[in-house]
Amino acid sequence: MTNSPLTPGVASGRLAPDEYALNFADIAPRFAPHEARVAADRCYFCHDAPCMTACPTTIDIPLFIRQIATGTPEAAAKTIFSQNILGGMCARVCPTETLCEEACVREAAEGKPVEIGRLQRYATDSLMEKGVHPFTRAKASGKTVAVVGAGPAGLAAAHRLAMKGHAVTVYDARAKAGGLNEFGIASYKAPGSFAADEVAWLMKIGGIRVETGKAIGKGLTLDALRKEFDAVLLAVGLAGVNALRAEGEALKNVVNAVDFIAELRQQPDRARLKVGRDVVVIGGGMTAVDAAVQSKLLGAENVTIAYRRGREKMSASPYEQELAASKGVRILHNVAPVRVTGEGAAQEVELAYTEEGPGGLKLSAQTFRLKADQVMKAIGQTLSGTPEGLRIEGAKIAVTGAGRTSVAGVWAAGDCAQGGEDLTVTAVAEGRDAAEDIHASLAG
Amino acid sequence: MANLQSTFIGIKSPNPFWLASAPPTDKEYNVVRAFQAGWGGVVWKTLGSEGPPVVNVNGPRYGAIWGADRRLLGLNNIELITDRPLEINLQEIKRVKRAWKDRALVISLMVPCDEESWKDILKRLEDTEADGVELNFGCPHGMAERGMGSAVGQVPEYIEMVTRWVKKYSRMPCIVKLTPNITDVRKPAEAAKRGGADAVSLINTINSITSVNLDTFAPEPTIDGKGSHGGYCGPAVKPIALHMVADIARSEATRGLPISGIGGVTTWRDAAEFMALGAGNVQVCTAAMTYGFKVVQEMISGLSQFMDEKGLSSTADLVGRAVPNVTDWQYLNLNYVTKAVIDQDACIKCGRCYAACEDTSHQAIAMSNDRTFTVKEEECVACNLCIDVCPVTNCITMRELPLGEVDKRTGRKVGTYANWTTHPNNPAARAAE
Repeated sequence: MTNSPLTPGVASGRLAPDEYALNFADIAPRFAPHEARVAADRCYFCHDAPCMTACPTTIDIPLFIRQIATGTPEAAAKTIFSQNILGGMCARVCPTETLCEEACVREAAEGKPVEIGRLQRYATDSLMEKGVHPFTRAKASGKTVAVVGAGPAGLAAAHRLAMKGHAVTVYDARAKAGGLNEFGIASYKAPGSFAADEVAWLMKIGGIRVETGKAIGKGLTLDALRKEFDAVLLAVGLAGVNALRAEGEALKNVVNAVDFIAELRQQPDRARLKVGRDVVVIGGGMTAVDAAVQSKLLGAENVTIAYRRGREKMSASPYEQELAASKGVRILHNVAPVRVTGEGAAQEVELAYTEEGPGGLKLSAQTFRLKADQVMKAIGQTLSGTPEGLRIEGAKIAVTGAGRTSVAGVWAAGDCAQGGEDLTVTAVAEGRDAAEDIHASLAG
Repeated sequence: MANLQSTFIGIKSPNPFWLASAPPTDKEYNVVRAFQAGWGGVVWKTLGSEGPPVVNVNGPRYGAIWGADRRLLGLNNIELITDRPLEINLQEIKRVKRAWKDRALVISLMVPCDEESWKDILKRLEDTEADGVELNFGCPHGMAERGMGSAVGQVPEYIEMVTRWVKKYSRMPCIVKLTPNITDVRKPAEAAKRGGADAVSLINTINSITSVNLDTFAPEPTIDGKGSHGGYCGPAVKPIALHMVADIARSEATRGLPISGIGGVTTWRDAAEFMALGAGNVQVCTAAMTYGFKVVQEMISGLSQFMDEKGLSSTADLVGRAVPNVTDWQYLNLNYVTKAVIDQDACIKCGRCYAACEDTSHQAIAMSNDRTFTVKEEECVACNLCIDVCPVTNCITMRELPLGEVDKRTGRKVGTYANWTTHPNNPAARAAE
């Protein structure tokens, strides 16, 4: 350990090796069998269960919990995977506190929902660690489908299409499949190589070919794909990052939070990762929290999230906000960056208080400065590099029904497509449903 | 996935899970929903003779006992047989069977104990295309007071007589449903067999009072300040039902008589246990009444997974697998010696094993000042109570002493199999010398 949390500037190795290990350990380890049985016992097996309705992929939650309760977590896993093939990752990253667990009748009754997310992980891990893939492929249909983007939506679609017997080619711009599961999740939520292992497990269905380093505009064109394949699904996510639109954005150490998170996920040796002593994260969503918490876990002395609106508007859930606070991250509300200053590299950020009025958000004249040798931008991602000819609405690819775009034979799903929240589980649902629609149209 | 296809006395169903004759099988609406949910078959709620319909109480019919978290453990009822007109039931049965040909549909019957009544009702069923009949000789309340239900089931001669009438006037397979409210269930089973029954089903409900309201000093469920003896069912009765099923399965006189297992089947595991003890299929009521028809999905997936894991290709391979291992006490191996072992890493130091052993058993667990609990092998008789009261699964286990090891309690070496029939303390054994 050459540096400490007090080392000025952006530096690596601020902590001792065992501190890194502790900080980046699994945040919610898998239930032991007894814990799982006790947690499962609390489920009431509700009729037309509210948790199931709250799940974007409509997993039969009461059934899978009952299957855990009766000692068959493998059957439980199959119940989960039949609706959500990435149920393993979703068990780790879903904001269950705002989805299934919020809807749980025990949340209403006692303020303590059944721990659905952790039970789901118990089930999915039980089957996946046996290397069992519970589905088999239908006989080859002779049809081909191109899926652009190997993130949650693309993978879910590819699996469903392959299961129906179609030959699927998945393209991804990065060197590795997985999308945000691989590059965009806080490390403590999916430690180890889970994301990559999950992709390998999913591929066991057969009939899926992955080509990395390719994207629309990077070796591929939509026209060529439409000619070569019977159907095309765009699941390209949101590759662009919103600009700060504040002075000093070009200074060294003003970075995109998504890049910081991606680098962290790909570097198993945490001691080699650089982080500022004073980190300011601009934004109010999950990405802001993931970046801020991990900065703290890498040994930053002071980490501040600056969000331009009030607490109630933050898209990071109360659970995420609490997690940040428990790790020592300070969250400031109603402040927006005016400029980043520094000699060659960021040293300070000047923030103005904001006021919400009928004309929208306004910066007040009152400002203050925070030390900031690293500034992370987490103010949202945008669609980028969309092929021409597709109708765009609300900055996303316009779709009707199950992901049909304005171009015949082209579907879109996940964050790049209109509708739904930008969540892994929503992307899975959209990918799966688009795949069903593609299948129906290929059959017809 | 294992094939759960079941053939019971010639009646086929896609799985061995049938709904028992009870409120869930009262009418077309319920039965269709049950079939949609995946149930393999139903026994239609008991039909009576033509005439004015049966009358039920208009206050509460059910009483229950619960676990601490309101998990329903036992249910009792004072409901009677169907209170719907016979003709409507028959029309509905016919419609349902026509629409659901792959499912089993058996009709439960209870009419007065005379030949004409049975002849009449059987004639009325001919047109329904149902797969079989089940004779309700079990209901312990209401109808028994009128000489039906368990009033017949408690007299083996009546069972034999009625079963003969049924076989005389109908070609349908006939299941005789037995009451557990007797001393030896083998006797009515033998009577059913003598009468020509194709199978028996058991158990019907057990006479019970679930609780007493200590403000009104009346049994529950309470009807205008009074309560009655109701029929008890649900998870709590399973051990009694398993005992009776096994008794019939292994009895010389009834061996091979098909059994439909009933009594607290709630999960796939319960069903597998009944089947291992000789039941060809199972009938379920309380689990459906507690959780809805969807509960069968867990039974299907669970039994299927279990059969795959055990390499069983059909349900018939499971039926009776445990029967040879049910024996009389006198044949148990007295030279099988085990000792409790406490896993110190798993122990949470609650001391329940100590309290149980020290106060009520053999003072075979030692407790140290730092709350470490260890087994005194010289005292341990391997009674199992410590395991039964321990809150941690597999924290306490039994170690089998290998042949030749000295049992510290008796000072004797573990020998080969020997049972009571040859034991020196057995006067009968000595007499045989």
